[in-house]
Amino acid sequence: MPSLKELRNRIASVKATQKITKAMQMVAAAKLRRAQEAAEAARPYAERMEAVLANLATAFEGRDDAPLLLAGTGKDDVHLLVVATAERGLCGGFNASIAKLARERAKALLAAGKTVKIVCVGKKGFDSLKRDLGKHIVKTIELRHVKRVAFENADEIGTLVRQMFDDGEFDVCTLFYARFQSVISQVPTAQQLIPATFENAEAELPEGNEAVYEYEPDEGEILAELLPRNISVQIFRGLLENAASEQGARMSAMDNATRNAGEMIDKLTLSYNRQRQAQITKELIEIISGAEAL
Amino acid sequence: MAEAFQFELVSPERLLLSEEATQVVVPGVEGEFGVMAGHAPMMSTLRPGVLTVSRPSAADEAFFVRGGFAEAGPKGLTVLAEVAVPMADLKADDIARQIRETEEDLADAGDDAARERAQIALDHLREMERAVASN
Repeated sequence: MPSLKELRNRIASVKATQKITKAMQMVAAAKLRRAQEAAEAARPYAERMEAVLANLATAFEGRDDAPLLLAGTGKDDVHLLVVATAERGLCGGFNASIAKLARERAKALLAAGKTVKIVCVGKKGFDSLKRDLGKHIVKTIELRHVKRVAFENADEIGTLVRQMFDDGEFDVCTLFYARFQSVISQVPTAQQLIPATFENAEAELPEGNEAVYEYEPDEGEILAELLPRNISVQIFRGLLENAASEQGARMSAMDNATRNAGEMIDKLTLSYNRQRQAQITKELIEIISGAEAL
Repeated sequence: MAEAFQFELVSPERLLLSEEATQVVVPGVEGEFGVMAGHAPMMSTLRPGVLTVSRPSAADEAFFVRGGFAEAGPKGLTVLAEVAVPMADLKADDIARQIRETEEDLADAGDDAARERAQIALDHLREMERAVASN
């Protein structure tokens, strides 16, 4: 049984921790709102882009002159996994779940005899993947200095990916991030960037929209210009979703921690009081029995 | 008064404008073109330049746009631009100052990556300066 003094110290330290977790929760809540707004503001652009590209892409389906970014290299030997995670921990299972999804995919690909290359965006993903997949990691991009993800940050990653593709360093590129659903639920997602897929794009051909578009310059050139840009846009969207998810995960993790600390304080206070009471009783008995002995 | 149509100007970061317009002049890669209600469906990539919106509800507004494309369809006109800044926010002095600063950055750039970044920023600023000057 710990002494009264020890119990007092424990209570004080748990209270201090609770204050910190509470503050972190509130900070995360404030940041979450901003991140969520940013993610929502970016949605129209990404969706339009996807819809337009999907439209254009159908025109090129099965044609030999389709751009490589759309059609792929025709092989799937080398896979590039872009794993986007947070720069900080203390956000529950957020980083771990993205890393887990990426790790499972990497293991499956390796087992199938493919080559895997990994680009880590964010330090936490690198930390958890380097242990068993360290030799596959080709690059780590840290966004620690970035307060708010801007399009330029995503474009930098996009440029890197395009460069590697142009140099023939991989055949298939997949982006891993956590899609923001709500504060309590973030879904780790794998999205294939190259060759481009448009599974999310709504089929945008209702009410006589099949009208023949006039292209200026022609379809091929537009597609060739938009496809590279689309990669950056999709990465940007992934990063923003990730930022919102991170804050959401941190908020609920810190909420739990605050609650747990509260429970712990209650328990410790209870045993502190009990022990204090027991000590008083003991002292009383000693005095009384001493007086009786006289 | 000319018929109005739905116009949207979107940048990756946000939706800048979504309202009724009577005419929009878009800097297409093969020349500027004006879009009015009932324009034939067309799609064009953009060159850096000034996009002008005429609206029934408010005064004309101009934006500097760069990189992206415009899509005119039955539902209206949508312009997706990588960079879109209201011309009212651009001041010739500011741009001139930024150009000078970027030129200095370019001169002191230590490695290729930094030089490339500065060069891109500089080109971007020059385009803006030209747009502002010609306005």
